[in-house]
Amino acid sequence: MAAVDHDRAAQVGAQPLDVKAIRSDFPILDVEVNGRRLVYLDSASSSQKPRQVLDAMTRYYETTHANVHRGVYAIAEEATRQFEEARAKLARLVNARSAREIVFTKNVTEAINLVAHSWGRRNLTAGDAVLLTEMEHHANLVPWLMLAEERGIELRYIRLTADGQLDLSDLDRLVDGVKLVGVTCMSNVLGTINPVAELAEAAHSAGALFLADAAQYVPHLATDIQQLGCDFLGFTGHKMLGPTGIGCLWAREDLLEEMPPFLGGGEMISDVRLDGFLPADVPWKFEAGTPPIAEAIGLGAAVDYLTGLGMDAVRRHEVELTSYALCKLAADHPDLVIYGPADPASRGGVISLALGDIHAHDLSQVLDTAGVCVRAGHHCAKPLMRHLGVTATARASFYVYNDESDVDALSEALAEARKFFG
Amino acid sequence: MPGLEDLYREIILDHYRNPRNRGELECPPAHRYEGFNPLCGDEIVLYLDVRDEKVVDLKIAGQGCSISQSSASMMSSAVKGKTLDEARALLRAFKAMMSIHEARLDAEDRELGANGQGADGEEAPPMGDLEALQGVVKFPVRIKCATLAWNTLAQGLDGANGSAGPS
Repeated sequence: MAAVDHDRAAQVGAQPLDVKAIRSDFPILDVEVNGRRLVYLDSASSSQKPRQVLDAMTRYYETTHANVHRGVYAIAEEATRQFEEARAKLARLVNARSAREIVFTKNVTEAINLVAHSWGRRNLTAGDAVLLTEMEHHANLVPWLMLAEERGIELRYIRLTADGQLDLSDLDRLVDGVKLVGVTCMSNVLGTINPVAELAEAAHSAGALFLADAAQYVPHLATDIQQLGCDFLGFTGHKMLGPTGIGCLWAREDLLEEMPPFLGGGEMISDVRLDGFLPADVPWKFEAGTPPIAEAIGLGAAVDYLTGLGMDAVRRHEVELTSYALCKLAADHPDLVIYGPADPASRGGVISLALGDIHAHDLSQVLDTAGVCVRAGHHCAKPLMRHLGVTATARASFYVYNDESDVDALSEALAEARKFFG
Repeated sequence: MPGLEDLYREIILDHYRNPRNRGELECPPAHRYEGFNPLCGDEIVLYLDVRDEKVVDLKIAGQGCSISQSSASMMSSAVKGKTLDEARALLRAFKAMMSIHEARLDAEDRELGANGQGADGEEAPPMGDLEALQGVVKFPVRIKCATLAWNTLAQGLDGANGSAGPS
Protein backbone atom coordinates (compact mmCIF):
# COMPACT_ATOMS: atom_id res chain seq x y z
CA MET A 1 0.00 0.00 0.00
CA ALA A 2 1.22 3.44 -0.95
CA ALA A 3 0.81 5.04 2.45
CA VAL A 4 2.94 2.39 4.09
CA ASP A 5 5.68 2.84 1.50
CA HIS A 6 5.68 6.57 2.09
CA ASP A 7 5.98 6.13 5.81
CA ARG A 8 8.92 3.80 5.42
CA ALA A 9 10.63 6.35 3.19
CA ALA A 10 9.91 9.04 5.74
CA GLN A 11 11.39 7.01 8.57
CA VAL A 12 14.67 6.15 6.90
CA GLY A 13 15.46 8.89 4.41
CA ALA A 14 14.14 12.26 5.40
CA GLN A 15 15.94 14.94 7.38
CA PRO A 16 13.99 16.72 10.13
CA LEU A 17 12.44 20.02 9.02
CA ASP A 18 14.01 23.23 10.28
CA VAL A 19 10.71 24.66 11.50
CA LYS A 20 12.28 27.87 12.82
CA ALA A 21 13.65 28.69 9.37
CA ILE A 22 10.37 27.70 7.73
CA ARG A 23 8.37 29.93 10.07
CA SER A 24 10.47 32.95 9.06
CA ASP A 25 9.23 32.45 5.47
CA PHE A 26 5.59 32.99 6.49
CA PRO A 27 4.87 36.70 7.11
CA ILE A 28 1.45 35.99 8.65
CA LEU A 29 3.01 34.09 11.52
CA ASP A 30 4.35 37.41 12.83
CA VAL A 31 0.80 38.74 13.19
CA GLU A 32 -0.62 39.02 16.69
CA VAL A 33 -4.22 38.03 17.39
CA ASN A 34 -5.88 39.36 20.53
CA GLY A 35 -2.42 40.35 21.76
CA ARG A 36 -1.19 36.75 21.44
CA ARG A 37 1.07 35.14 18.87
CA LEU A 38 -0.87 33.47 16.07
CA VAL A 39 -1.12 29.71 16.61
CA TYR A 40 -2.44 28.58 13.26
CA LEU A 41 -3.90 25.08 13.46
CA ASP A 42 -6.33 25.16 10.54
CA SER A 43 -4.18 24.20 7.55
CA ALA A 44 -6.55 21.36 6.60
CA SER A 45 -9.00 24.13 5.83
CA SER A 46 -6.47 26.41 4.14
CA SER A 47 -2.73 26.68 4.59
CA GLN A 48 -0.71 29.87 5.00
CA LYS A 49 1.57 31.12 2.19
CA PRO A 50 5.33 31.58 2.27
CA ARG A 51 6.94 34.78 1.01
CA GLN A 52 8.29 32.85 -1.99
CA VAL A 53 4.73 32.24 -3.25
CA LEU A 54 3.57 35.80 -2.59
CA ASP A 55 6.70 37.17 -4.30
CA ALA A 56 6.23 34.97 -7.38
CA MET A 57 2.71 36.32 -7.85
CA THR A 58 3.71 39.93 -7.27
CA ARG A 59 6.72 39.59 -9.60
CA TYR A 60 4.46 38.21 -12.31
CA TYR A 61 2.02 41.13 -12.00
CA GLU A 62 4.83 43.68 -11.83
CA THR A 63 6.88 42.39 -14.74
CA THR A 64 5.02 40.20 -17.17
CA HIS A 65 1.24 40.20 -16.77
CA ALA A 66 -0.67 39.65 -20.00
CA ASN A 67 -3.30 37.16 -21.04
CA VAL A 68 -2.03 33.68 -21.84
CA HIS A 69 -2.20 31.77 -25.14
CA ARG A 70 -3.12 34.94 -27.07
CA GLY A 71 -0.73 37.84 -27.55
CA VAL A 72 2.23 37.66 -29.88
CA TYR A 73 4.45 39.93 -27.85
CA ALA A 74 7.19 39.32 -25.35
CA ILE A 75 5.37 39.66 -22.03
CA ALA A 76 2.39 37.61 -23.24
CA GLU A 77 4.73 34.86 -24.33
CA GLU A 78 6.51 35.01 -20.98
CA ALA A 79 3.16 34.86 -19.11
CA THR A 80 2.20 31.80 -21.15
CA ARG A 81 5.56 30.19 -20.51
CA GLN A 82 5.28 30.69 -16.74
CA PHE A 83 1.67 29.48 -16.70
CA GLU A 84 2.52 26.30 -18.60
CA GLU A 85 5.65 25.79 -16.50
CA ALA A 86 3.41 25.73 -13.42
CA ARG A 87 1.36 22.98 -15.09
CA ALA A 88 4.54 20.98 -15.69
CA LYS A 89 5.57 21.39 -12.03
CA LEU A 90 2.25 19.92 -10.90
CA ALA A 91 2.68 17.05 -13.34
CA ARG A 92 6.14 16.26 -11.93
CA LEU A 93 4.88 16.56 -8.33
CA VAL A 94 2.40 13.70 -8.78
CA ASN A 95 4.50 11.78 -11.35
CA ALA A 96 2.04 12.30 -14.21
CA ARG A 97 3.12 10.89 -17.58
CA SER A 98 2.62 14.28 -19.22
CA ALA A 99 1.64 17.86 -18.38
CA ARG A 100 -1.30 17.34 -20.73
CA GLU A 101 -2.89 15.27 -17.96
CA ILE A 102 -3.13 18.34 -15.69
CA VAL A 103 -6.32 20.40 -16.02
CA PHE A 104 -6.36 23.61 -14.02
CA THR A 105 -9.55 24.04 -12.01
CA LYS A 106 -10.66 26.39 -9.26
CA ASN A 107 -10.30 23.70 -6.56
CA VAL A 108 -11.06 20.02 -5.91
CA THR A 109 -14.78 20.75 -5.83
CA GLU A 110 -14.59 21.98 -9.41
CA ALA A 111 -12.33 19.07 -10.40
CA ILE A 112 -14.88 16.50 -9.20
CA ASN A 113 -17.78 18.46 -10.70
CA LEU A 114 -15.84 18.39 -13.98
CA VAL A 115 -15.62 14.60 -13.82
CA ALA A 116 -19.28 14.18 -12.81
CA HIS A 117 -20.46 16.61 -15.46
CA SER A 118 -18.27 15.59 -18.37
CA TRP A 119 -17.33 11.93 -17.82
CA GLY A 120 -20.45 11.17 -15.75
CA ARG A 121 -22.99 12.51 -18.21
CA ARG A 122 -21.23 10.79 -21.10
CA ASN A 123 -20.90 7.40 -19.39
CA LEU A 124 -23.57 6.97 -16.71
CA THR A 125 -27.24 6.24 -17.29
CA ALA A 126 -30.14 5.15 -15.10
CA GLY A 127 -29.28 2.08 -13.06
CA ASP A 128 -25.47 2.53 -13.28
CA ALA A 129 -23.78 2.55 -9.89
CA VAL A 130 -21.08 4.73 -8.30
CA LEU A 131 -19.35 3.63 -5.09
CA LEU A 132 -18.34 6.31 -2.58
CA THR A 133 -17.56 6.26 1.15
CA GLU A 134 -19.28 7.56 4.25
CA MET A 135 -16.26 9.74 5.08
CA GLU A 136 -16.30 11.82 1.88
CA HIS A 137 -16.20 15.61 1.92
CA HIS A 138 -19.35 17.13 0.43
CA ALA A 139 -17.21 17.90 -2.66
CA ASN A 140 -17.18 14.18 -3.48
CA LEU A 141 -20.80 13.58 -2.49
CA VAL A 142 -22.99 16.37 -3.80
CA PRO A 143 -21.88 16.24 -7.49
CA TRP A 144 -22.84 12.55 -7.50
CA LEU A 145 -26.07 13.15 -5.58
CA MET A 146 -26.95 15.76 -8.22
CA LEU A 147 -26.23 13.25 -10.97
CA ALA A 148 -28.27 10.60 -9.13
CA GLU A 149 -31.20 13.00 -8.99
CA GLU A 150 -30.85 13.88 -12.66
CA ARG A 151 -29.98 10.47 -14.11
CA GLY A 152 -31.29 7.94 -11.63
CA ILE A 153 -27.85 6.43 -11.04
CA GLU A 154 -27.37 4.32 -7.92
CA LEU A 155 -24.99 5.48 -5.17
CA ARG A 156 -23.39 2.93 -2.85
CA TYR A 157 -21.27 3.67 0.19
CA ILE A 158 -18.37 2.00 1.97
CA ARG A 159 -19.20 2.32 5.67
CA LEU A 160 -16.78 2.93 8.54
CA THR A 161 -15.41 0.82 11.35
CA ALA A 162 -15.58 1.97 14.96
CA ASP A 163 -12.07 3.48 14.82
CA GLY A 164 -12.75 5.51 11.70
CA GLN A 165 -11.30 3.27 8.99
CA LEU A 166 -13.11 2.17 5.84
CA ASP A 167 -14.90 -1.14 6.44
CA LEU A 168 -13.64 -3.19 3.51
CA SER A 169 -15.10 -6.50 4.69
CA ASP A 170 -17.91 -6.22 2.14
CA LEU A 171 -15.90 -4.57 -0.64
CA ASP A 172 -16.29 -7.36 -3.21
CA ARG A 173 -20.07 -7.14 -3.10
CA LEU A 174 -20.14 -3.32 -3.02
CA VAL A 175 -17.79 -2.87 -5.96
CA ASP A 176 -19.47 -5.49 -8.13
CA GLY A 177 -20.98 -3.86 -11.21
CA VAL A 178 -20.09 -0.23 -10.39
CA LYS A 179 -18.77 2.15 -13.08
CA LEU A 180 -16.76 4.44 -10.80
CA VAL A 181 -15.28 4.29 -7.31
CA GLY A 182 -14.63 7.68 -5.67
CA VAL A 183 -12.67 7.85 -2.41
CA THR A 184 -10.87 10.47 -0.37
CA CYS A 185 -7.18 9.66 0.08
CA MET A 186 -7.28 11.15 3.56
CA SER A 187 -10.28 12.11 5.69
CA ASN A 188 -10.42 15.85 6.41
CA VAL A 189 -12.14 15.08 9.73
CA LEU A 190 -10.52 11.91 11.07
CA GLY A 191 -7.14 12.11 9.37
CA THR A 192 -7.57 8.49 8.26
CA ILE A 193 -5.26 7.65 5.34
CA ASN A 194 -7.13 5.24 3.09
CA PRO A 195 -5.60 2.27 1.23
CA VAL A 196 -5.93 4.03 -2.12
CA ALA A 197 -3.84 1.61 -4.19
CA GLU A 198 -5.81 -1.37 -2.87
CA LEU A 199 -9.13 0.34 -3.58
CA ALA A 200 -8.02 1.38 -7.07
CA GLU A 201 -7.08 -2.22 -7.79
CA ALA A 202 -10.47 -3.46 -6.56
CA ALA A 203 -12.18 -0.88 -8.76
CA HIS A 204 -10.22 -1.91 -11.84
CA SER A 205 -10.86 -5.62 -11.20
CA ALA A 206 -14.58 -4.81 -11.22
CA GLY A 207 -14.19 -2.87 -14.48
CA ALA A 208 -14.68 0.51 -12.80
CA LEU A 209 -12.63 3.69 -12.92
CA PHE A 210 -11.11 5.13 -9.74
CA LEU A 211 -11.34 8.76 -8.65
CA ALA A 212 -9.27 10.04 -5.71
CA ASP A 213 -10.02 13.19 -3.73
CA ALA A 214 -6.45 14.10 -2.77
CA ALA A 215 -7.17 17.53 -1.25
CA GLN A 216 -5.68 16.43 2.10
CA TYR A 217 -3.09 14.07 0.63
CA VAL A 218 -0.99 15.80 -2.02
CA PRO A 219 -0.04 18.66 0.37
CA HIS A 220 1.27 16.22 2.98
CA LEU A 221 2.60 13.03 1.37
CA ALA A 222 4.73 12.21 -1.65
CA THR A 223 2.17 11.33 -4.32
CA ASP A 224 2.76 9.04 -7.27
CA ILE A 225 -0.41 8.65 -9.32
CA GLN A 226 1.08 5.75 -11.24
CA GLN A 227 1.80 3.88 -8.04
CA LEU A 228 -1.63 4.72 -6.61
CA GLY A 229 -3.27 3.51 -9.81
CA CYS A 230 -5.86 6.30 -10.05
CA ASP A 231 -7.76 7.36 -13.16
CA PHE A 232 -8.83 10.75 -11.80
CA LEU A 233 -7.25 12.68 -8.92
CA GLY A 234 -8.09 16.16 -7.68
CA PHE A 235 -6.02 18.45 -5.46
CA THR A 236 -6.05 22.13 -4.62
CA GLY A 237 -3.47 24.89 -4.30
CA HIS A 238 -4.57 26.73 -1.19
CA LYS A 239 -4.10 23.71 1.07
CA MET A 240 -0.48 23.28 -0.12
CA LEU A 241 1.00 26.75 0.48
CA GLY A 242 -0.42 28.12 -2.79
CA PRO A 243 -3.08 30.75 -3.38
CA THR A 244 -6.86 30.24 -3.40
CA GLY A 245 -8.71 29.90 -6.69
CA ILE A 246 -6.38 27.37 -8.30
CA GLY A 247 -6.45 23.60 -8.14
CA CYS A 248 -6.24 20.79 -10.57
CA LEU A 249 -7.71 17.64 -11.95
CA TRP A 250 -5.15 15.07 -12.96
CA ALA A 251 -6.67 12.46 -15.28
CA ARG A 252 -5.40 9.81 -17.67
CA GLU A 253 -4.90 11.46 -21.05
CA ASP A 254 -6.97 8.89 -22.95
CA LEU A 255 -9.92 9.58 -20.63
CA LEU A 256 -9.57 13.34 -21.09
CA GLU A 257 -9.45 12.86 -24.88
CA GLU A 258 -12.80 11.06 -24.84
CA MET A 259 -14.56 13.40 -22.43
CA PRO A 260 -16.70 16.26 -23.75
CA PRO A 261 -15.82 19.82 -22.66
CA PHE A 262 -17.02 21.07 -19.28
CA LEU A 263 -17.57 24.85 -19.47
CA GLY A 264 -17.80 26.49 -22.88
CA GLY A 265 -16.22 29.77 -23.97
CA GLY A 266 -12.93 31.28 -25.02
CA GLU A 267 -9.65 29.40 -24.66
CA MET A 268 -11.30 25.95 -24.88
CA ILE A 269 -11.92 25.93 -28.64
CA SER A 270 -9.91 25.40 -31.79
CA ASP A 271 -12.63 26.72 -34.09
CA VAL A 272 -16.06 28.33 -33.70
CA ARG A 273 -18.63 28.80 -36.44
CA LEU A 274 -22.16 30.11 -36.07
CA ASP A 275 -23.44 26.53 -36.31
CA GLY A 276 -20.92 24.73 -34.17
CA PHE A 277 -17.49 24.57 -32.56
CA LEU A 278 -14.43 22.36 -32.42
CA PRO A 279 -12.92 21.98 -28.95
CA ALA A 280 -9.23 22.61 -28.27
CA ASP A 281 -6.82 19.81 -27.39
CA VAL A 282 -6.52 18.49 -23.86
CA PRO A 283 -6.08 19.92 -21.33
CA TRP A 284 -7.15 23.32 -22.68
CA LYS A 285 -10.56 22.11 -23.82
CA PHE A 286 -11.51 21.97 -20.13
CA GLU A 287 -10.20 25.47 -19.34
CA ALA A 288 -12.77 27.94 -20.66
CA GLY A 289 -12.09 31.64 -20.22
CA THR A 290 -9.05 33.50 -18.93
CA PRO A 291 -7.54 31.30 -16.22
CA PRO A 292 -6.18 32.44 -12.83
CA ILE A 293 -2.68 33.04 -14.20
CA ALA A 294 -0.97 34.59 -11.18
CA GLU A 295 -2.52 31.88 -9.00
CA ALA A 296 -1.15 29.13 -11.21
CA ILE A 297 2.31 30.70 -11.07
CA GLY A 298 1.96 31.06 -7.28
CA LEU A 299 1.02 27.39 -7.02
CA GLY A 300 4.09 26.53 -9.09
CA ALA A 301 6.20 28.41 -6.54
CA ALA A 302 4.46 26.49 -3.73
CA VAL A 303 5.39 23.21 -5.43
CA ASP A 304 9.01 24.42 -5.60
CA TYR A 305 8.90 25.26 -1.89
CA LEU A 306 7.49 21.86 -0.89
CA THR A 307 9.86 20.01 -3.21
CA GLY A 308 12.73 21.96 -1.63
CA LEU A 309 11.69 20.69 1.81
CA GLY A 310 11.13 17.20 0.42
CA MET A 311 7.70 15.57 0.70
CA ASP A 312 9.12 12.69 2.73
CA ALA A 313 10.50 15.17 5.24
CA VAL A 314 7.11 16.90 5.36
CA ARG A 315 5.41 13.57 6.10
CA ARG A 316 7.95 12.63 8.76
CA HIS A 317 7.51 15.99 10.48
CA GLU A 318 3.73 15.59 10.58
CA VAL A 319 3.85 12.02 11.88
CA GLU A 320 6.15 13.14 14.69
CA LEU A 321 4.07 16.19 15.54
CA THR A 322 0.83 14.19 15.45
CA SER A 323 2.37 11.56 17.76
CA TYR A 324 3.38 14.30 20.17
CA ALA A 325 -0.09 15.90 20.01
CA LEU A 326 -1.98 12.65 20.57
CA CYS A 327 0.13 11.87 23.66
CA LYS A 328 0.21 15.40 25.05
CA LEU A 329 -3.52 16.09 24.64
CA ALA A 330 -4.54 12.71 26.08
CA ALA A 331 -2.23 13.18 29.07
CA ASP A 332 -3.34 16.75 29.81
CA HIS A 333 -7.07 16.13 29.22
CA PRO A 334 -8.37 12.70 30.24
CA ASP A 335 -11.91 13.77 29.28
CA LEU A 336 -10.89 14.73 25.74
CA VAL A 337 -12.40 12.65 22.92
CA ILE A 338 -10.15 12.37 19.84
CA TYR A 339 -11.80 10.91 16.75
CA GLY A 340 -10.09 8.74 14.17
CA PRO A 341 -7.27 6.18 14.15
CA ALA A 342 -4.98 6.06 17.19
CA ASP A 343 -1.82 5.17 15.25
CA PRO A 344 -0.03 8.30 13.92
CA ALA A 345 1.48 6.28 11.06
CA SER A 346 -1.96 5.55 9.61
CA ARG A 347 -3.30 9.06 9.83
CA GLY A 348 -2.50 12.60 8.81
CA GLY A 349 -1.97 15.64 10.98
CA VAL A 350 -5.67 16.28 11.50
CA ILE A 351 -7.13 15.96 14.98
CA SER A 352 -10.88 16.28 15.53
CA LEU A 353 -11.75 16.58 19.16
CA ALA A 354 -14.50 17.11 21.69
CA LEU A 355 -13.98 18.36 25.25
CA GLY A 356 -16.73 17.23 27.61
CA ASP A 357 -20.04 18.62 26.43
CA ILE A 358 -18.61 21.98 25.34
CA HIS A 359 -19.93 22.75 21.87
CA ALA A 360 -17.24 23.05 19.18
CA HIS A 361 -18.24 26.63 18.45
CA ASP A 362 -17.86 27.65 22.08
CA LEU A 363 -14.58 25.77 22.29
CA SER A 364 -13.07 27.51 19.27
CA GLN A 365 -14.31 30.88 20.56
CA VAL A 366 -12.32 30.42 23.75
CA LEU A 367 -9.28 29.12 21.84
CA ASP A 368 -9.44 32.24 19.66
CA THR A 369 -8.87 34.48 22.67
CA ALA A 370 -5.59 32.60 23.13
CA GLY A 371 -4.68 33.18 19.48
CA VAL A 372 -5.29 29.51 18.66
CA CYS A 373 -7.08 29.02 15.31
CA VAL A 374 -8.97 25.75 14.90
CA ARG A 375 -11.89 24.87 12.69
CA ALA A 376 -15.25 24.26 14.37
CA GLY A 377 -18.20 22.74 12.58
CA HIS A 378 -19.19 19.79 10.45
CA HIS A 379 -16.15 20.16 8.14
CA CYS A 380 -18.33 19.74 5.03
CA ALA A 381 -18.78 16.08 5.92
CA LYS A 382 -22.26 15.86 7.43
CA PRO A 383 -22.81 12.14 6.75
CA LEU A 384 -19.58 11.41 8.63
CA MET A 385 -20.66 13.64 11.51
CA ARG A 386 -23.91 11.68 11.72
CA HIS A 387 -21.87 8.47 11.84
CA LEU A 388 -19.90 9.93 14.76
CA GLY A 389 -23.15 11.01 16.41
CA VAL A 390 -22.15 14.67 16.69
CA THR A 391 -23.25 17.89 14.99
CA ALA A 392 -19.84 19.51 15.14
CA THR A 393 -16.26 18.94 16.25
CA ALA A 394 -13.31 21.23 16.79
CA ARG A 395 -10.43 20.30 14.51
CA ALA A 396 -6.74 21.13 14.84
CA SER A 397 -4.53 20.42 11.83
CA PHE A 398 -0.79 20.71 11.29
CA TYR A 399 1.57 21.70 8.54
CA VAL A 400 5.24 22.43 7.95
CA TYR A 401 5.28 25.62 10.05
CA ASN A 402 3.77 24.03 13.19
CA ASP A 403 5.81 22.61 16.04
CA GLU A 404 5.38 21.31 19.57
CA SER A 405 4.92 24.81 21.01
CA ASP A 406 1.71 25.10 18.95
CA VAL A 407 0.41 21.85 20.43
CA ASP A 408 1.29 23.12 23.92
CA ALA A 409 -0.61 26.35 23.25
CA LEU A 410 -3.63 24.32 22.12
CA SER A 411 -3.49 22.18 25.25
CA GLU A 412 -3.31 25.23 27.54
CA ALA A 413 -6.21 26.88 25.73
CA LEU A 414 -8.31 23.72 26.12
CA ALA A 415 -7.70 23.92 29.87
CA GLU A 416 -8.93 27.53 29.81
CA ALA A 417 -12.07 26.46 27.98
CA ARG A 418 -12.81 23.78 30.55
CA LYS A 419 -12.40 26.34 33.33
CA PHE A 420 -14.79 28.73 31.58
CA PHE A 421 -17.55 26.24 30.82
CA GLY A 422 -16.86 23.67 33.55
CA MET B 1 -10.95 43.82 21.69
CA PRO B 2 -14.16 42.36 23.17
CA GLY B 3 -13.57 39.79 25.88
CA LEU B 4 -15.24 36.43 26.41
CA GLU B 5 -17.31 37.86 29.24
CA ASP B 6 -19.00 40.21 26.73
CA LEU B 7 -20.21 37.16 24.85
CA TYR B 8 -20.79 34.62 27.58
CA ARG B 9 -22.73 36.65 30.15
CA GLU B 10 -23.72 34.69 33.25
CA ILE B 11 -27.41 34.77 32.31
CA ILE B 12 -26.56 33.22 28.94
CA LEU B 13 -24.64 30.38 30.56
CA ASP B 14 -27.56 29.89 32.94
CA HIS B 15 -30.04 29.49 30.08
CA TYR B 16 -27.55 27.16 28.35
CA ARG B 17 -27.14 24.92 31.41
CA ASN B 18 -30.81 25.09 32.42
CA PRO B 19 -32.78 25.55 29.21
CA ARG B 20 -36.40 26.67 29.68
CA ASN B 21 -39.32 25.08 27.82
CA ARG B 22 -37.20 22.19 26.61
CA GLY B 23 -39.14 19.30 25.05
CA GLU B 24 -41.79 18.53 22.48
CA LEU B 25 -45.50 19.18 21.97
CA GLU B 26 -48.01 16.91 20.33
CA CYS B 27 -48.68 17.84 16.70
CA PRO B 28 -51.48 18.68 16.16
CA PRO B 29 -52.66 20.80 17.83
CA ALA B 30 -49.11 22.26 17.89
CA HIS B 31 -47.04 22.82 14.76
CA ARG B 32 -43.42 21.80 14.31
CA TYR B 33 -40.77 24.01 12.66
CA GLU B 34 -37.10 23.28 12.00
CA GLY B 35 -34.21 25.70 11.71
CA PHE B 36 -30.64 24.86 10.67
CA ASN B 37 -27.40 26.75 10.79
CA PRO B 38 -25.53 25.27 7.83
CA LEU B 39 -22.30 26.84 9.08
CA CYS B 40 -21.97 24.75 12.21
CA GLY B 41 -24.74 22.16 11.96
CA ASP B 42 -26.78 23.57 14.84
CA GLU B 43 -30.45 22.74 14.69
CA ILE B 44 -33.54 24.03 16.46
CA VAL B 45 -36.90 22.28 16.52
CA LEU B 46 -39.70 24.57 17.60
CA TYR B 47 -43.12 23.32 18.67
CA LEU B 48 -45.63 26.13 18.59
CA ASP B 49 -49.19 25.96 19.86
CA VAL B 50 -51.11 29.04 18.76
CA ARG B 51 -54.76 29.54 19.67
CA ASP B 52 -56.86 32.66 19.24
CA GLU B 53 -53.89 34.68 18.01
CA LYS B 54 -51.93 33.75 21.13
CA VAL B 55 -48.85 31.59 21.76
CA VAL B 56 -50.45 29.25 24.29
CA ASP B 57 -47.43 27.00 24.57
CA LEU B 58 -44.09 26.33 22.91
CA LYS B 59 -41.23 23.86 23.34
CA ILE B 60 -37.70 23.73 22.02
CA ALA B 61 -35.73 20.67 20.92
CA GLY B 62 -32.53 20.29 18.91
CA GLN B 63 -28.91 20.92 19.72
CA GLY B 64 -26.28 23.56 19.33
CA CYS B 65 -23.76 25.87 20.93
CA SER B 66 -24.32 27.88 24.09
CA ILE B 67 -25.35 30.98 22.16
CA SER B 68 -27.95 29.27 19.96
CA GLN B 69 -29.36 27.23 22.83
CA SER B 70 -29.54 30.07 25.34
CA SER B 71 -31.08 32.37 22.73
CA ALA B 72 -33.72 29.70 22.07
CA SER B 73 -34.38 29.29 25.76
CA MET B 74 -34.75 33.06 26.29
CA MET B 75 -36.93 33.35 23.22
CA SER B 76 -39.25 30.64 24.54
CA SER B 77 -39.63 32.41 27.88
CA ALA B 78 -40.18 35.77 26.26
CA VAL B 79 -42.74 34.61 23.71
CA LYS B 80 -44.81 32.14 25.73
CA GLY B 81 -48.24 33.58 26.54
CA LYS B 82 -47.81 36.54 24.18
CA THR B 83 -50.18 37.44 21.36
CA LEU B 84 -48.91 36.97 17.81
CA ASP B 85 -48.53 40.73 17.43
CA GLU B 86 -46.53 40.96 20.64
CA ALA B 87 -44.35 38.05 19.49
CA ARG B 88 -43.75 39.77 16.17
CA ALA B 89 -42.79 42.98 17.95
CA LEU B 90 -40.27 41.03 20.06
CA LEU B 91 -38.91 39.38 16.94
CA ARG B 92 -38.42 42.78 15.31
CA ALA B 93 -36.81 44.21 18.43
CA PHE B 94 -34.45 41.25 18.75
CA LYS B 95 -33.41 41.51 15.13
CA ALA B 96 -32.88 45.24 15.56
CA MET B 97 -30.57 44.45 18.47
CA MET B 98 -28.62 42.09 16.18
CA SER B 99 -29.04 44.68 13.45
CA ILE B 100 -25.72 44.83 11.63
CA HIS B 101 -26.22 42.24 8.95
CA GLU B 102 -29.96 41.77 9.26
CA ALA B 103 -30.84 43.82 6.17
CA ARG B 104 -34.34 42.35 6.37
CA LEU B 105 -35.09 45.15 8.74
CA ASP B 106 -35.94 46.98 5.59
CA ALA B 107 -35.92 50.61 4.60
CA GLU B 108 -39.51 50.94 5.70
CA ASP B 109 -38.60 49.99 9.25
CA ARG B 110 -35.71 52.39 9.32
CA GLU B 111 -37.71 55.35 8.11
CA LEU B 112 -40.50 54.79 10.57
CA GLY B 113 -38.68 53.45 13.54
CA ALA B 114 -35.22 54.89 13.69
CA ASN B 115 -35.38 55.62 17.42
CA GLY B 116 -35.67 52.15 18.87
CA GLN B 117 -39.28 51.95 17.81
CA GLY B 118 -40.83 49.18 15.75
CA ALA B 119 -42.09 49.45 12.20
CA ASP B 120 -45.49 50.68 13.26
CA GLY B 121 -44.03 53.32 15.49
CA GLU B 122 -44.91 51.32 18.60
CA GLU B 123 -42.64 51.34 21.62
CA ALA B 124 -40.00 48.62 21.49
CA PRO B 125 -41.05 45.89 23.94
CA PRO B 126 -38.94 45.36 27.07
CA MET B 127 -36.21 42.83 26.28
CA GLY B 128 -35.51 41.49 29.77
CA ASP B 129 -32.94 38.65 29.78
CA LEU B 130 -32.57 39.01 26.02
CA GLU B 131 -30.50 42.15 26.57
CA ALA B 132 -27.69 39.83 27.62
CA LEU B 133 -27.33 38.74 24.00
CA GLN B 134 -26.41 42.29 22.98
CA GLY B 135 -22.72 41.33 23.33
CA VAL B 136 -23.03 38.84 20.48
CA VAL B 137 -23.02 41.78 18.06
CA LYS B 138 -19.31 42.21 18.79
CA PHE B 139 -18.73 38.67 17.49
CA PRO B 140 -20.23 38.81 13.98
CA VAL B 141 -19.73 35.09 13.28
CA ARG B 142 -21.96 34.24 16.23
CA ILE B 143 -24.93 36.40 15.22
CA LYS B 144 -26.28 33.50 13.19
CA CYS B 145 -26.17 31.36 16.33
CA ALA B 146 -28.20 33.92 18.26
CA THR B 147 -30.79 34.44 15.52
CA LEU B 148 -31.37 30.75 14.67
CA ALA B 149 -34.23 30.26 17.12
CA TRP B 150 -35.77 33.58 16.15
CA ASN B 151 -35.69 32.81 12.44
CA THR B 152 -37.39 29.52 13.25
CA LEU B 153 -39.98 31.44 15.27
CA ALA B 154 -40.51 33.71 12.27
CA GLN B 155 -41.44 30.65 10.21
CA GLY B 156 -43.88 29.63 12.92
CA LEU B 157 -45.47 33.07 13.13
CA ASP B 158 -45.83 33.15 9.35
CA GLY B 159 -47.46 29.73 9.52
CA ALA B 160 -49.83 30.86 12.26
CA ASN B 161 -50.62 33.90 10.18
CA GLY B 162 -51.55 31.68 7.23
CA SER B 163 -53.97 29.60 9.29
CA ALA B 164 -55.45 32.61 11.02
CA GLY B 165 -57.19 33.76 7.87
CA PRO B 166 -57.12 37.25 6.41
CA SER B 167 -55.39 39.79 8.64
